[in-house]
Amino acid sequence: MIIKVFGPGCSKCKETEHIVHDAVEASGMTATVEKVTDLRDMMAAGVLSTPAVSINGSLACSGRVPSKEEVVSWIMTAAEKA
Amino acid sequence: MSMIDGRAPERGTDDTKERLWLARYVAVLVVLAALWWTAYSCIQDAAAWVVYDALGLARESHIGASLEFFLYDTVKILLLLVALIYVISWLRAALNAERVRDFLAGKKRGIGYALGAMFGAITPFCSCSSVPLFLGFTTAGIPIGITMSFLITSPIINEIAVVLLWGLLGWKFTVVYVAAGLAAGMIGGLFMDSIRAGRWLQPFVLDAMKTPVIPLSGGRKRLTVRARHTFAFGEMNSIFRRVWKWVIVGVGIGAALHGLVPANWFAENLGAGEWWTVPAAVIVGIPLYSNVTGIVPVMEGLLTKGMPIGTTMAFCMSAVAASIPEVVMLRQIMTVKLQAAFIGYLWVVFTLTGWLLNALF
Repeated sequence: MIIKVFGPGCSKCKETEHIVHDAVEASGMTATVEKVTDLRDMMAAGVLSTPAVSINGSLACSGRVPSKEEVVSWIMTAAEKA
Repeated sequence: MSMIDGRAPERGTDDTKERLWLARYVAVLVVLAALWWTAYSCIQDAAAWVVYDALGLARESHIGASLEFFLYDTVKILLLLVALIYVISWLRAALNAERVRDFLAGKKRGIGYALGAMFGAITPFCSCSSVPLFLGFTTAGIPIGITMSFLITSPIINEIAVVLLWGLLGWKFTVVYVAAGLAAGMIGGLFMDSIRAGRWLQPFVLDAMKTPVIPLSGGRKRLTVRARHTFAFGEMNSIFRRVWKWVIVGVGIGAALHGLVPANWFAENLGAGEWWTVPAAVIVGIPLYSNVTGIVPVMEGLLTKGMPIGTTMAFCMSAVAASIPEVVMLRQIMTVKLQAAFIGYLWVVFTLTGWLLNALF
């Protein structure tokens, strides 16, 4: 599972990255978490507002910091699909 | 039971649970609203009691007046912020940048500028989002002018600004401020399109504009009350944690001005709105990095000490609308020419706003 965190590096984006790491650990799944800071990559992924999180290429949320429980539930749903 | 009304058993218990939650939610909300109202109506007396009775400061002293003002304003603003951020977030929980983009994508220019500025006012976004947002809008085929309307208005107007202005300076001032912010955005959009500013974007943006972007579906489901509450509560929490210290700093500066600077000091020392003070104030304001939260209480201080309304407004809007960090960020997608047009426009429009308001009031 590939989880991407989009954000140029403001405090909200860092917070999101932390939460995603914690959520992966809590879910017990194996997933790679990538931080995407490049503008062109964001554009290609269709990210409009940051922080944004995508799981296996589909956007889970954008423009806000998600809660850990939310991210865990996304990871679980993505794992079921795969 | 569940067989009779034809629902699966789990669904039934889920529904009851949800209804119970809703009932409890409404009850808690009513109690909290009543408590809030009680607290809000006795801040003035409480602040006076603390300063003059509990601390025993003399009623006529400058320090007493400053402290009372500080306590009263801080508590009032913090209370207003908590309540209004929750309410506003609850209402706009379903609104996000993707929706705004899809909505704006098909609009004609004329109405587009107005809508762009309006959405700029009601959609919150982190200032470091402005670049991806700009790219997302332009690559979706939205004219640069409409995007600019959005981008200019967005930092100037938000719910925190409105709450602060309303609480500190009254509703008339709030209306003028919001109207000026919207106008700056709309005219900015029109201006950018009329000089065909799009050609001054960085080459990679122009390339990207040739290939249509695949719109992402960010989940368009209807929101339940619970989802709205979760969103609103989260927003309230994070915004409050971020801004409370700025409120205290801002009101502190305002209070210091209030008690220590003699009334009409600005009018006597800086001239009562000489024409050049407005453009000068804007030049000082543009590079400054400030958010609305910090600047509004300062604004109150400046106004009560005799700085003309137009000059104050021009200064504060320019401090909020642009800053050196933002210009550096926008450099990634804009060439020097476009940035010059952008900053030049802001300077002119805020100066005109200042002059107009000084002449009117």
